[in-house]
Amino acid sequence: MSASPIVRARGVCKAFGANEVLKGIDLDVAPGEVVVILGPSGSGKSTFLRCINHLEAIDRGFIEVAGEQMGYRLDGERLTRLSERQIAVQRRKIGMVFQQFNLYGHMTVLQNVVEAPIGVHHQPREEALRYGRELLARVGLSDKENAYPRQLSGGQQQRVAIARALAIRPTLMLFDEPTSALDPELVGEVLATMRDLASQGLTMIVVTHEIGFAREAADRVVFMDGGVIVEQGKPEDVLGNPSQPRTRSFLSRFV
Amino acid sequence: MTAVPIAAPASLPADALRDVRKAHAPFPMGRVVAWIVAGLILGGFVYICAVNPNFGWPVVGQYFFDPTVLKGLSVSLGLTAVAMVLGIVLGLLVAVARMSKDRLSSSLAGLFIWFFRGAPLLVQLIFWYNLSVLFPKISIVIPFGPTLASWDTNHLITPLTAAIIGLSLNEAALMAEIIRGGLISVDRGQTETAQAFGMTRGRILRRIVLPQAMKAIVPPTGNQLISMIKATSLVSVIAMADLLYSVQSIYNRTFEVIPMLLVAVFWYLLITSVLNVVQGAIERHYGRSERATATIRKDNP
Repeated sequence: MSASPIVRARGVCKAFGANEVLKGIDLDVAPGEVVVILGPSGSGKSTFLRCINHLEAIDRGFIEVAGEQMGYRLDGERLTRLSERQIAVQRRKIGMVFQQFNLYGHMTVLQNVVEAPIGVHHQPREEALRYGRELLARVGLSDKENAYPRQLSGGQQQRVAIARALAIRPTLMLFDEPTSALDPELVGEVLATMRDLASQGLTMIVVTHEIGFAREAADRVVFMDGGVIVEQGKPEDVLGNPSQPRTRSFLSRFV
Repeated sequence: MTAVPIAAPASLPADALRDVRKAHAPFPMGRVVAWIVAGLILGGFVYICAVNPNFGWPVVGQYFFDPTVLKGLSVSLGLTAVAMVLGIVLGLLVAVARMSKDRLSSSLAGLFIWFFRGAPLLVQLIFWYNLSVLFPKISIVIPFGPTLASWDTNHLITPLTAAIIGLSLNEAALMAEIIRGGLISVDRGQTETAQAFGMTRGRILRRIVLPQAMKAIVPPTGNQLISMIKATSLVSVIAMADLLYSVQSIYNRTFEVIPMLLVAVFWYLLITSVLNVVQGAIERHYGRSERATATIRKDNP
């Protein structure tokens, strides 16, 4: 890896009570890289994604995003926990797309998209609106800017959620099973939008069950099971010729 | 096998008459009878009241716009407005404290709600009014240091201040629970998303959670407002000249108890009717994102 990585995770452990969900994850993501994390339900892949922007605090190890340790600061030899406000500031360079879309229900589509740019990033209103409309055009929803989320299909809502995450000009985009809550006929439009982003050099980490998307759009596929990374590599290697039996048995269910 | 086309059977002459578009509704006999019976009973009751001289309608008319009554009415309305605004603001703070992860804040808020919701409002009002019996002087003191300021409690606690403190603290406790219920009703994913976008706690509450909680908060708050208008009549026990106290002061003089109470009742009913309309408008405002596609607004965010 030539450039310094956008994400650097080392020895990440996380337990919910007695349930150890992550048991030592090491992962580097280079700028512009598209990493797809696959794995069975309960493998810890969504939890790991939520640890990257500190929606979940980790128990051991550390995660760095763009050179800053998430949630903590190292002064000399002393590691201090950051305040909630400082963590909020750290999160502002990371965009996130959720399984359940989570659009703000009381705001129109355009209001959803410009809320963070205007209110959190203090961009000039006109500039934010212009860029917001441009992004809505990019996801093919220009005609919906005054609609409320409830009036849109699931696929449209998820495309708005993607535009909303892009509006903050993120250094890193996290996708948490973006197509799992969609009707089968709506999955395609969301995946097409994501493929488009992947080809434009955005750094993306995608947790998904879409093997086809991993094959076409990923630079690297990471296979997780039981809270550890079982194997990773180029999509054609991991998906075409998996070296681990667990990967093979997982993939065999999709053929 | 080839498909056999099905020939449409020939139309009968009566078929044109069967088009349901031209159907007549049967005469709703049962409903008409019910309306007539209800109308007769209600009309009869109104008539009995109207011709009964004991109600003293001329007296009601004579005193309805009496300056004393109108002054009392304005006191009741003013007190309601002040106590309600203070109650909502304080209630919001208590609700947020109650939901805080900080044990101290949530326990203190719980204690506040427990006491001011649990103790009878009438007792609370009398208690505040007679505060000077318990604490004759109120002072601001630096512990083990000098006294910065000191007041005679009897000067601070007038009927007005006692009424405002008593009503708004009680209202804050009730509103805190209503607001907390509203905040809980908003999907947790909304808060989480706002956090992921780097919003601060205050901004998440103000911009994301509270506006969506309003749908659940407004109807019970309307209820609170209407019971507050009537609850202000309790302040007549601490010699505060509200609407009820004013009509009492008149009938103590004229002994026309029933007509004067009717004056008060009609004013209370009139105000609550107006508030019902206002509440409906507010509910429509916060429900706009739920209505069908017809209402998409053309203006900018």
